[in-house]
Amino acid sequence: MPRDSEITVFDIIGPIMIGPSSSHTAGAVRLGKLARSILGEKPLKARIGFHGSFRDTGKGHGTDKAVVAGLLGFLPDDERIPHSLSLTDDMDVDFYDLELEKSAHPNTVVFELTGQNGTITVRGASLGGGAVVVDKINDFPVNLSGDYPALLTVHKDRPGIIQAVSKVLANFDINIAYMKVYRLSKGKKALMIIETDQQVPKAAQDEILAKEDINWVRFVDKISL
Amino acid sequence: MGFTSITALIQEAITNNVSIADVVMQSESQALGLDILSLRQQMQERIDVMRQAIKKGLSKKQESPSLLTDGKAYTYEKWRLKNDDSLYAKVIARALAVAEVNACMGRIVAAPTAGSCGILPAVLLTYADEYNYTHRLVDAFFTAGAVGVIIAKNASISGAEGGCQAECGSASAMAAAALVELEAEKMSPLAVDHVVAMTLQNILGLVCDPVAGLVEIPCVTRNVLCSLNALSCFTMVKAGLKTPIPADEVIKAMKEVGDLLPDSLKETAKGGIANTPTAKKIAKEIFLRKA
Repeated sequence: MPRDSEITVFDIIGPIMIGPSSSHTAGAVRLGKLARSILGEKPLKARIGFHGSFRDTGKGHGTDKAVVAGLLGFLPDDERIPHSLSLTDDMDVDFYDLELEKSAHPNTVVFELTGQNGTITVRGASLGGGAVVVDKINDFPVNLSGDYPALLTVHKDRPGIIQAVSKVLANFDINIAYMKVYRLSKGKKALMIIETDQQVPKAAQDEILAKEDINWVRFVDKISL
Repeated sequence: MGFTSITALIQEAITNNVSIADVVMQSESQALGLDILSLRQQMQERIDVMRQAIKKGLSKKQESPSLLTDGKAYTYEKWRLKNDDSLYAKVIARALAVAEVNACMGRIVAAPTAGSCGILPAVLLTYADEYNYTHRLVDAFFTAGAVGVIIAKNASISGAEGGCQAECGSASAMAAAALVELEAEKMSPLAVDHVVAMTLQNILGLVCDPVAGLVEIPCVTRNVLCSLNALSCFTMVKAGLKTPIPADEVIKAMKEVGDLLPDSLKETAKGGIANTPTAKKIAKEIFLRKA
């Protein structure tokens, strides 16, 4: 359900999606697609762990096909979703059962993705009705919904970085809707998520990456339902 | 959508002498910053997907990975074409069709959820086709959606939160209200209150107990139950029958019942039909097949 707006008629008559379950199928596709965007490229290798209800009833709901469809870049209403496992081409996929801590959401998936440019671990949960949250990127606890376009950076935790990033966004006429900085400890690495009203073009991403002490930049577009 | 009660929605329509759909579209147009025409187009797109799902489910046997869905719509439709040309039989066939397409990873419109996606298409598209109301379908779906929004705000539309009454039950109330909208020229908006109250009263307490946790048994045939519930309540109200409890109070009662239901009867597959010896055996077989 929408975070900062009223529920609309189209939240109720919708989304258009591939069945059978908005949480186990549509939400799972969105999580796969978010994970791919965070990696920043098509994965060559994907290790996928299912926890809780995803593990226990995922097969019958096509959750395995759904997350792989997301990794291939499909949207939740793509009729290729049921066949995604045979459309992976050179992507190497394997699944395993996962038992996370009790506080983890019952519909949780962990992706370990390897692309040409590196490896990343993304953990996410499907909250119901197609709503999702990415709650961990590598070691950073985060909160990313996929409902808004978002710019992600990893940088050194020091004064001035946030201002430098927001200045570039302002120059590109991009409005910030929401932002949050996550850090593991003071003065070390921090991960920042900036939700925006507009898309962040490649040129803006490159300019931000060129700033001192910024190590990593990704643009994760919203995934409409 | 700005309305939080069925009463307020109906009052607004009566005050302005327009149909409920007109009130809803006006409200959504402001909330979303879209003109009415593009709102109508978005709804039409959803109706088109529903129609494709009906066609798919009736013309080809739908079989799910769990094997629990085995082409019921196809089999029923074959029988129906020879034996029963009634509106009710057509609604049954279409509710089965869309619910099975969903179970088999086909393209559907959640309405309000994927598990209850067969009810609105079965009731509304069949009734509109049968009595030449297809030009009123978009309006009908806006009224259905508004009822769903109000239920979501005051109770729940999620089986995990409120049991099956919240999913298939809400869809039933939405479909009945939409039938009133289809015939808005003949019926007062006040009828919406009666059909919503009556449909929900009929299914109050319906639990969510899917075998093996899958959206198949009893979900597919529950879509039939709740489609026919909508149609029955609509014809009763059309004939002038009334119910004394207002819809908004019934919705609150549904919330109360949903809160009282134990977790075992809210989509966890730990109670009800899911907890029978045969269901547990089926679940075990599916789990073994997975390994």
